Amino acid sequence: MRHYRWYLLGLAALVIAGLVAAATAGGARQARGISGNISVIGKWTGGEQKSFEAVIDAFTNKNPDVDVKYTPGGDNTPQLVSTAVAGGNPPDVAILPQPGLMRDLARRGAAKPITFAKATLAKNEAPVWLSLGSVKGKLYGLFFKAANKSTVWYNVKLFKDAGAKPATTLPAFLKLAKTLKASGAKAYAIAAADGWTLTDLFENIYLRQAGPAKYDLLTTHKIKWTDASVKAALRTMAKIVGDTGNIPGGRSGALQTDFPTSVTQVLSDKPKAAMAIEGDFVPNDAKADVKPIKDYNVFPFPSIKPSTRSAIVGGGDTVIMLKSNAASRAFISFLATSQAATLWANRGGFSSPNRGIKPSAYKDALNRKTALALANAKIFRFDMSDLQPAAFGATTGQGEWKLFQDFVSNPNNVNGIAAKLEAAAKKAYGK
Amino acid sequence: MSGGSVTAEPPVRAAPPIARGGRLRKHAVTLVFLAPAVFFLAVWILYPLVDTVRRSFLYRDTNRWVGLHNYREIFTLEPIVTAIKNNAIWIGVVPALVTAIGLVFAVLTERIRWSVAFKTVVFMPMAISLFAAGVIWRVMDQEDPHVGALNAGIGAIHDAFRPSGALPDAESSTSRLTGSPKRGFVLQTPLRPGDVARLGLTGISPDSVPSGAVQAADPEPSGDGITGVVWRDFKPGGGKTGQVEQGELGLPGVTVELRDAAGKKLESTKTTDNGTFAFDDVEAGGHRVAIGPKTFAKPFGGVTWLGPKLITPALIIAYTWVWAGFAMVVIAAGLAAIPRDVLEAARTDGGTEWQVFRRVTVPLLGPVLSVVFITMLINVLKVFDIVLSVAPGSSQDDANVIALAMWRTSFGGVNDYGLGAAIAVFLFLLVIPVLAINVRRFRREV
Repeated sequence: MRHYRWYLLGLAALVIAGLVAAATAGGARQARGISGNISVIGKWTGGEQKSFEAVIDAFTNKNPDVDVKYTPGGDNTPQLVSTAVAGGNPPDVAILPQPGLMRDLARRGAAKPITFAKATLAKNEAPVWLSLGSVKGKLYGLFFKAANKSTVWYNVKLFKDAGAKPATTLPAFLKLAKTLKASGAKAYAIAAADGWTLTDLFENIYLRQAGPAKYDLLTTHKIKWTDASVKAALRTMAKIVGDTGNIPGGRSGALQTDFPTSVTQVLSDKPKAAMAIEGDFVPNDAKADVKPIKDYNVFPFPSIKPSTRSAIVGGGDTVIMLKSNAASRAFISFLATSQAATLWANRGGFSSPNRGIKPSAYKDALNRKTALALANAKIFRFDMSDLQPAAFGATTGQGEWKLFQDFVSNPNNVNGIAAKLEAAAKKAYGK
Repeated sequence: MSGGSVTAEPPVRAAPPIARGGRLRKHAVTLVFLAPAVFFLAVWILYPLVDTVRRSFLYRDTNRWVGLHNYREIFTLEPIVTAIKNNAIWIGVVPALVTAIGLVFAVLTERIRWSVAFKTVVFMPMAISLFAAGVIWRVMDQEDPHVGALNAGIGAIHDAFRPSGALPDAESSTSRLTGSPKRGFVLQTPLRPGDVARLGLTGISPDSVPSGAVQAADPEPSGDGITGVVWRDFKPGGGKTGQVEQGELGLPGVTVELRDAAGKKLESTKTTDNGTFAFDDVEAGGHRVAIGPKTFAKPFGGVTWLGPKLITPALIIAYTWVWAGFAMVVIAAGLAAIPRDVLEAARTDGGTEWQVFRRVTVPLLGPVLSVVFITMLINVLKVFDIVLSVAPGSSQDDANVIALAMWRTSFGGVNDYGLGAAIAVFLFLLVIPVLAINVRRFRREV
């Protein structure tokens, strides 16, 4: 009997102690904010991963009870994320290289709307980014890191040897290429082994020559690839990729030059070509011994029509939310702030659509130039091939990539390529 | 595994009820022992197999039944048709080539002193993964002779016979100087004694101007001769074409030809450091001045191994390089097992070495050769990684094989799982006859 009483008392004491502990703990947690674990799968690896982890650290400093686990997925991120979603165990947050998958996941209900971040984003980013991140009027994607693909990188010494200056218009640009050739340099480094560099070139020409309205129509395949505007853009493109004497190794050399090689053809102390027409990520593959401004520099892709001057084609990595909980919402809200973007901008190798970043945050002068041009562009269009079905716009040896490569080997065949593009597009868009 | 012992057990020993209980228990033991293997086979072989066949009748990643649609696609989609054609080439060439090379190596290494060292070297590629071998060959096959080892070798031979000229990239700066680097350049203006020939060239980088060059000089006309200048008609910004300007260098050491009106070569001379040249005592009448094609001979540019035309041969070379060692070692083992006295007898009977090889060695090696051949046949049917690692994106379509087409269709961006599964089933069906032959051989040998 006595035993029993002690036992009861002890039990009661334990229960009370437990309740008190729970209550105080709960109270403390509420006071400190959000708690939980979130998993993030993203495409950023290497240096990009380190920079992103710095951003994560800033978030966890603010929210010490949240644990963020980042898994770098690299180029396989879309497959990783789709498989995780199909397997019923998605990460809380995913960072995708192309918006196509985001739209797909949103339509299927796998991605959750991030309307809570809309106000911050509307303040910080141009409306075009919000509409790119929206599906059926709801915001699903946040563009945290972007790329300005309307840039031309050049070798300073070769320009000096030729007495050449950056060109602002297409005729001046083609004349510049001629001058470079006469000086004994090859004008263009073309990375035609990677089909996406060719789609980027085409998109830059098309946006400037046909205008943003047509660009949007072609992106959604509302006009055909056999349209006169496409053929006109192809003919302009042929003036560059068809200038075989002005490309190291000629056209067949270009077809075997991958992107990093094309960069080292220009951003090197033993240059093989004077200009690389590619995005702001070009310096990542520069040879170690060349320095910005002194050895290489950048100018905007030349304009073709006055109305489309300073038009920019760009890309971006989309942050999406696959599980809605307090911690993942807080993380997304944090990424929408200028503070988060500034953190990475400070570390370099970053362009953000976020206009809240102070120009001085970009330490590298060339990075500042391209990033600000992107954030403040009057006409901005997202990389067309990234918005198209992957089978057409983003697959090695197929669709656009393959057909533009065929175009490089035979730049006179404008009609033939346009017809083949249309046939491939028709198939990819599902008839 | 206990099945054998059940039948082997003498029935007399045990009474019927106990025997039945024992047999049940024995079955249970059998099942317990089989269970793990059955489980693993079911989960990792049987289920994927059945599901792949099921998926091959569905549309993309949906559950929509499309019947044989995906199978029709295999034979109509261009990249997959190319893949089937290429696989046919692989099957036709590689097993025979690898077996033949292996046989030759095996027979020859029997005769040489350093056979172990030689065999080790030939076998070495087997020690690295096919993907790594592919990366090596991707570099070896590069078009630029400064990078690709194959082209460096060919280039060394090429340059020995056709040395490159002093100004391989030069072009004419004016329309009066016509021609091409292949044919040489001719100044179209007829020249009489006392005239001056200005041969402006562009496209010469400052680094490739011949050494010793100084500021170009516009030559003075001479009474009865033809004078002239060959110079780099370019200064920063372009300059005026056809005019020798301050800041433009003469091109020394260029061979200039004097031709008569019919184009026959009369004499030739070399330019000096400021680019000038002179032909003295020229006869009256119209002459032409030209620079011969030798000056513009291009250095060897490299064979486009990785381009659309040569990619499959380049891949087959790489693949053979890897597998020849395997074939050699297996055939050498078979060779060692051939009874020597048979060969001796053949030789004693007056057979030549070739006859002995052809009529005795090869027939005796028959089983070993067919093992190598069939192994290679199966390997070649599913060839994948070397194609993926050697072929650059621009020619991957031209190098496509069935296994690569399957992977690219399912995961390479198209993400058409239905069609990918259909290709996998198709490949599986192709492998089955070869497997059947192999299984029959195993049975016969056991």
